[in-house]
Amino acid sequence: MQELSWIREGRCNSRCVKTEMTSRMPSSSSVTQARQLVRQLRMEANIRRIRVSKASSDLMRYCGEQAKYDPLLMGIPASENPFRDKKPCTVL
Amino acid sequence: MSQDPLEGCRISAGKKSAVSLGKALHPPNLLVVVEGTCGACVAASPVSAPEGSCSYNVAHHHLCVCVRVCMAWQGLQKGETLASLKQESENLRRKLEEERGKLTDVELHQVAEKVETVAALSIKTRRVLKGHGNKVLSMDWCKDKRRLVSSSQDGKVIVWDAFTLNKEHGITLPCTWVMACAYAPSGCAVACGGLDNKCSVVPLSLDRNENVTAKKKSVAMHTNYVSGCSFTNSDMQLLTSSGDGTCALWDVESGQLLQSFHGHTADVLSLDLAPSETGNTFVSGGCDMKANVWDMRSGQNIQSFDNHQSDINCVKYYPSGDAFASASDDATCRFYDLRADREVAVYQKDSIIFGASSVDFSLSGRLLFAGYNDYTINVWDVLKGTRVSVLFGHENRVSRVRVSPDGTALCSASWDNTLRVSRT
Repeated sequence: MQELSWIREGRCNSRCVKTEMTSRMPSSSSVTQARQLVRQLRMEANIRRIRVSKASSDLMRYCGEQAKYDPLLMGIPASENPFRDKKPCTVL
Repeated sequence: MSQDPLEGCRISAGKKSAVSLGKALHPPNLLVVVEGTCGACVAASPVSAPEGSCSYNVAHHHLCVCVRVCMAWQGLQKGETLASLKQESENLRRKLEEERGKLTDVELHQVAEKVETVAALSIKTRRVLKGHGNKVLSMDWCKDKRRLVSSSQDGKVIVWDAFTLNKEHGITLPCTWVMACAYAPSGCAVACGGLDNKCSVVPLSLDRNENVTAKKKSVAMHTNYVSGCSFTNSDMQLLTSSGDGTCALWDVESGQLLQSFHGHTADVLSLDLAPSETGNTFVSGGCDMKANVWDMRSGQNIQSFDNHQSDINCVKYYPSGDAFASASDDATCRFYDLRADREVAVYQKDSIIFGASSVDFSLSGRLLFAGYNDYTINVWDVLKGTRVSVLFGHENRVSRVRVSPDGTALCSASWDNTLRVSRT
């Protein structure tokens, strides 16, 4: 049990200890796994796709339409920005 | 299994000797592997089972051996072998690449050449949230655009008001490394989880004197650490990702598992729900270098992307829901379009050699904020693929970046025990 928590800590610390999957997967024949993989790939190969040119232009159009509402992109006019850098003020 | 698994098999009884029989009982369904040491006297050590087998223990004390009955090769079809299935999967993978390639008539950055370049950004750190005693691992904004929740390695979860820097609630968890935290859509609760293998929901009360930790309720139970959590559109359902390789959807009230998502072959490190207008899907990324898109109702893996060369630390949907970005230990961030079913951009530079831990989009989706292990946050132009700006300030690796719900602020959490809220 202690070993296991070390592995978890190691996982968090160095991100290079990969937990062993085989011991935790429900037992199944590799034939079943291979069959499932084939089924999954077949399904993925058959989905409907659109051209990258169409996808790209849609993304660009979305960015363009929403850009004016994006404060981090456009900035906020100094008059409305509560976080603007303060100028020194003089006391008369 | 009504029949006696030992029928027709000769067994050499003997303590502490591993004997393999190799006799098919119900050809080609069963293969019996016998190993020494009875389950009653000494715990049997796992024997390396032949490929294609699973096992359960049947102790036969009078023989003083433990029998593992392997139920392999459940009804192989005629002519179907492991090799033929492997070949078919290779062919299908090739076909998948071909189909994707056919529709790649142009690259995103080429189409984006006619778009105006992003003007120089003037984003500065406006608030530094100090109070955690150890590395801050995760944070999430509340929908009121003002509060945020953060969790840390020391087991503390703090709810802050980002304007006033007030700590509104402090929750202590019995475990360290609270890797996941999320704010409920109503703002009335937070979820958190980590090395305790659980994800708990804590209702927040307006009464300052009330002990919030006492009302903590365990909702999700995994068999390994919880790496990410998110409420769905309501406070009633919670989606979690775990080091056990699965994601799961839970009912908060009853703690019941509603749906589980299997498909990753290693730890799942991150998940993100599609923006509500686009339906019931979510994306997850993990140590198997894959990013998978799932249907929440059926539990089905709809699409899978394996372009990264190392663990995927974070995945985030594009605001329109038609695309998503991922951050990985291979020092790149990538952008995938779901309708074109392929990666459409890679955000990398030779000078960036440290892994990216977290990504988030600005409100319009034009900017991608990515936190890296070299203590910086790089801001990328999503369409053109170029780096717009670098944000400095943290003194240790950046673990999480999140843009506020109204898009006015960026919060970054870091292993330097602080959170920084940056604005223009």
